[in-house]
Amino acid sequence: MAPLFRMEGVTKRYGGVRALEDAHLACGQGRIHAVLGENGAGKSTLIKVMAGVVRPDAGRMELAGAPIALDGPGSAARAGIVSVFQELSLLPDLTVADNICITDPPRRLWKLIDRRAQRRLAEEALQRVGAGDVHPLAQVRDLPLSRRQMVEIAKALARKPRILILDEATSALSSADVEAVFRVLKQLREEGLAIVYISHRMHEIDELADDCTVFRNGRHVATFTAGSRSPQEIIELMIGREVESVFPPRERRALGEQPALAVRGLSWAGRLKNVDVTIRPGEVVGLGGLDGQGQRSLLLALFGALKGVTGSVEVDGRPISLSSPRGGAAAGVALIPEDRKTEGLMLPMTVRDNLSFAALGRLGRFGFIDRKAEEGAIAEMIGLLRIRSDGIDGPVGALSGGNQQKVVIGKWLMTRPRVILLNDPTRGIDVGTKQEIYQLLRKLGEAGNAILFYSTDYAELIGCCDRVLILYDGAVTGVLEGEAINERNIVTSAHNLALEASAGGGPA
Amino acid sequence: MIDVLPQPRPGGRSLRGRLASLRSDWPHHLSSARGALIAFGLFLAMFTVFVSEHPAGFSRNVVNTAANKGALLALVAMAQTIPVLTSGLDLSVGMVFVLTNCLASTLMVGNALHTALGVAAVLVTGLACGALNGALVVLGRLQPIIATLATSSIYFGGALWLRPAPGGGINEEFADFMTGSLPGGIPVAVVLLLGLVLFGWIPYRRSVIGRAAYAVGSSEQAAYMSGVPVARAKFLTYVLAGLFSALAGLLLSCLTESGEANAMLGGSYTLSSIAAVVVGGTSLFGGAGGAVGSIFGAFVLRTIGDLLFVFNMDPLWQPLFLGVVLLVAVGLGSLRLLRVKNRLDLFR
Repeated sequence: MAPLFRMEGVTKRYGGVRALEDAHLACGQGRIHAVLGENGAGKSTLIKVMAGVVRPDAGRMELAGAPIALDGPGSAARAGIVSVFQELSLLPDLTVADNICITDPPRRLWKLIDRRAQRRLAEEALQRVGAGDVHPLAQVRDLPLSRRQMVEIAKALARKPRILILDEATSALSSADVEAVFRVLKQLREEGLAIVYISHRMHEIDELADDCTVFRNGRHVATFTAGSRSPQEIIELMIGREVESVFPPRERRALGEQPALAVRGLSWAGRLKNVDVTIRPGEVVGLGGLDGQGQRSLLLALFGALKGVTGSVEVDGRPISLSSPRGGAAAGVALIPEDRKTEGLMLPMTVRDNLSFAALGRLGRFGFIDRKAEEGAIAEMIGLLRIRSDGIDGPVGALSGGNQQKVVIGKWLMTRPRVILLNDPTRGIDVGTKQEIYQLLRKLGEAGNAILFYSTDYAELIGCCDRVLILYDGAVTGVLEGEAINERNIVTSAHNLALEASAGGGPA
Repeated sequence: MIDVLPQPRPGGRSLRGRLASLRSDWPHHLSSARGALIAFGLFLAMFTVFVSEHPAGFSRNVVNTAANKGALLALVAMAQTIPVLTSGLDLSVGMVFVLTNCLASTLMVGNALHTALGVAAVLVTGLACGALNGALVVLGRLQPIIATLATSSIYFGGALWLRPAPGGGINEEFADFMTGSLPGGIPVAVVLLLGLVLFGWIPYRRSVIGRAAYAVGSSEQAAYMSGVPVARAKFLTYVLAGLFSALAGLLLSCLTESGEANAMLGGSYTLSSIAAVVVGGTSLFGGAGGAVGSIFGAFVLRTIGDLLFVFNMDPLWQPLFLGVVLLVAVGLGSLRLLRVKNRLDLFR
């Protein structure tokens, strides 16, 4: 039978970065098609193309044999393609019922929305996904994350899709909820829907999928019938690339005895669970695992940006307060943030101002800035980081992405931090600058700093770190050291495979 | 997690089911109407004090005057509410109000037919002003605050051109009717507001395009992802703001029976309209609130002045009290920030 949906030759670039290259995918009626791949393999772009959110640069799509062009989520919805996104697409101020019927609410006299019919539809949809405990008139804002995700799924079903796309739709759900959702998905498969399912959880794919497709670096790698390959083989397909040797050689070096950073029993809002981390002076420790398993929250918590964190943190044996980033900075903790445009830089201000902001306390006397000391410190940073800019008095926004990122790093190095936290510092940066950042990491380590480094690129963890902690669901589930830091081990423990085999089920 | 076996939800056809669903629904209805109810309660309390202290008491005249003054601001506040729901802002409402006043004082004269044509012209002008604002914001992608600040100057220029010096006049019968009261003592201005709520605001709120405005204010990205007509919804909010401002200009002309290009008046109505919107429980971040709350918010602000008058207090206290009422209203609105877990969310 011809597939219900087919895409061929789909290519999408962002600037010079290739997100998808000549991608193809075919989904049959009454089948669940799993799409697999590492972080950044192009899965998200793929489904955004299917959902009409992203317009591809090249390629064509067919629905039931006829070519279709999608010029927005609205036109995809009208064609019967409905997606449940990882970033929730719910409207927090509206009620659950309003949200479920937002795309095409039932109407009556004068085209006004029929609220009674809308409520009935919402109740049916909620009931169907097993979220009957959600009140249709509740505001989405007041619901916990797992209930919101159920509402999101109910919303997708209420749109009567022909093709349903789920992108990490179960990531915030309890195992009971996941079971309920799986029951619905299997039933929808019986009813002849084509379902595209994206998940990082191997056992979910084992249970659901009929077909699997693996993507890597924006390219289609393989499509096969589920069950025809072992999880290990699938992981090989997902990795399957050579590690470029862009990393500085690893040298044996003496580490300090007293830990520079000692974290014990750190927990936060159910998203960090009893995390222990010890870093000795000179050590570079990596944070690995799948996206969104608590790595970012851990860095933010150590920096003092989260509220209600429990547990203890010591820097050089002295306990530090986590009540604000100012406190963290004063205790010698620096965070190179993930989004340099909003959290790292004041784009319209000059390179000079941006560099010295965090260190003004050190550069000042009686509340006034010591221009001479500032000048010296800035010159040192520009030299150390090799920041290329047309004079340090131009706006930072005019620099290239790589140089901007160097300014962010320089800004925090000016505070002479003891502990440096890096949140995916090389994302969206060219290879040359990446190499300079790796060398800088090494240099900082040699100078006796403690470094905690989160990266979504496994190769970086392998190339830069002395030790790698794997996070899963907010807890440290694995520690890799020395030779054990390789891609296979990272991916295996990131998917929590060993743990799942012994527990025989998903995380509760 | 609170996962339970699917239970039949109350809400079927049986009477008992209906009652049960009513009981489980009312807290949700109440919470969505909370802002409007608080403003209504505040107004009721203040107005009761006002009429009981007023030498003339609860007389037709006192009520009528208060209604006319309040309705003027209430109309401008309704205008302001609609763009604010999309987390926009319209700084030109006051100047559209002044411009349409000047236009009315030149056009709404003569016989009944002439006056009716004048009314139509005034309303069309309001719509056109709103359409320009909407086009600049939606098609021109300008920030609403700066786009409407610029157009407000343009509209004031138009007002000055129409009426360089105060003057003009309008059909007296029409003016007397609009500012008077019906048999039974109900002010016509209140009937006008009621009519606008029943036949304008409520249908808008229940329409797909009205809900889209709320959706856009709540999260523009999520709204777009859900296939909501984002651009059309935003455009229409500015058009409606222009229309409601023009209605206010019409009522002003009936009250003063003349026109004046008064920059102070326009500016103060713009600012008061934002204050009334906030007091009425609409969030400046968009997505929550409504025009009914803004009407009561406007009446609250107007009653403050009246209260100071009956207590014989210096008018210089008025800005101070206005400020305090505003701060309390805004403070209640930001209580939710105390619950924020990630400090970075405070800045989003």
